[in-house]
Amino acid sequence: MSTNGSKPKFAMYWAASCGGCEIAVLNIGEKILDVDANFDVVFWPVAMDAKYKDVEAMEDGSITLCLFNGGIRNDENEHVARLLRRKSKILVAFGSCATEGCIPGLANLSRPQEVLDTAFSTISTDNPQGVRPIFDYAAPEGHIHIPVFQPRVRTLDQVVPVDYFMPGCPPESHQIAAVVDLVIQALHGQAELPPPGATLGAGPSTCCDECPRQRNVKAIKQFVRIQDLETIDPTLCLLEQGIPCNGPATRSGCGALCPKAGAQCIGCYGPAEGVVDYGARLITAFASVIDATDPAEIERILDGIPDPAGQFYRFNLARSLLRAGKSAWSPR
Amino acid sequence: MLKNETFEPVIIGFTCNWCSYRAADLAGTARVKYSPNVRLIRLMCSGRLDPTFVMKALAGGADGVLITGCHPGECHYLEQNYKALRRYLLLRRTLGGLGLEPQRLKLIWASAAEGVRLAHEIDRFVEEVRALGPLHWPQWNGRSAELAEPEKAEVTA
Repeated sequence: MSTNGSKPKFAMYWAASCGGCEIAVLNIGEKILDVDANFDVVFWPVAMDAKYKDVEAMEDGSITLCLFNGGIRNDENEHVARLLRRKSKILVAFGSCATEGCIPGLANLSRPQEVLDTAFSTISTDNPQGVRPIFDYAAPEGHIHIPVFQPRVRTLDQVVPVDYFMPGCPPESHQIAAVVDLVIQALHGQAELPPPGATLGAGPSTCCDECPRQRNVKAIKQFVRIQDLETIDPTLCLLEQGIPCNGPATRSGCGALCPKAGAQCIGCYGPAEGVVDYGARLITAFASVIDATDPAEIERILDGIPDPAGQFYRFNLARSLLRAGKSAWSPR
Repeated sequence: MLKNETFEPVIIGFTCNWCSYRAADLAGTARVKYSPNVRLIRLMCSGRLDPTFVMKALAGGADGVLITGCHPGECHYLEQNYKALRRYLLLRRTLGGLGLEPQRLKLIWASAAEGVRLAHEIDRFVEEVRALGPLHWPQWNGRSAELAEPEKAEVTA
């Protein structure tokens, strides 16, 4: 890592996420050398040793570009989000967790207590003494504080103002490379950055628009799980084959990777441009293509989607209009 | 809050321009009384009902949502009320998956001549929602950093 102080500064952080976003950044291949040539990497816990106090000591706004991946699950996530917001000129909500909560956001279907119970007290957990985290503990050696678990997963922009959004679980490497290029060009005055609040590294349209599969009039008589099918037509739209494909509501940008490979879109690129509530848009799409008018027949077809909340809000629950399941916040 | 005594449900009702809205109108001109709890919003067709509207109503504080449309086979736009029916059935399942009582969403068919019936059905739905109690979805304050009320309490391990 270069320590040349005259270069613009780059930071990357992970909050409630899996680490896939970091892999995706490293996956941009030799472009990573451009990052090093153009930026001074000052903070990137996965790739280099740095302490929060180093960031705290930096001047406000001194980090040019910060890619923040992960949702806000605990006090530490929130603290670092606020810290990096203060220190960064361009803060990018990077990846599905930061933009819409992603898989960690599904915890918003459960009471926080249940999340902890699952983590510490289920049959698959080896915890014979029933040890539970104590967020504040006065040990003889000193006071110990671990980050407090918050009641709900929030997206980055529900906690601090965000300049740009990059969807994807994880964002595709060629899209990351293009965004890095754009920022570098903008730093050299050769390009202009889009207006704040824009979505970078993705298209405005839907996954379907990038999908090479053939589309006809859809008239679905039953929904089936893809693993229950013996054969899948390699050229025909998956939704037309009754496979619940989330393409119609999902933002373009990945190049329809999953449908091309014979798997349904699960919606990791988030809502397409103009979609307020991802799940609601998909409900519209699915309901529109069901070929039945009799309530009992419709119910039978809908039985093919055993977990509608999971189907429609797999990645998007934390930024949906409802933000969480009722069970997560309602008193018993 | 005590159920049934002080709780007045807030219900958003989506009506179709060609049938249920006119039914409500007819109820009005005929001086048929129905619960004031429902706030009617006119759409051109029940098929115009985007499930987003339902989510927004519930997230914005409604205790129940009513969808009304033309009887099956009588849609002004041929078959859009069937689309509304399918969306309604899928929405109910999804709301159930999100931990809400699916009964907070109701679909009623009402022709332009059925003012009395619509008024009666509205009254019934209001009582059903009253029996369920308030929903009172937390106001997450949009994009700001504020936590909703129930979140201010810390989670203990």
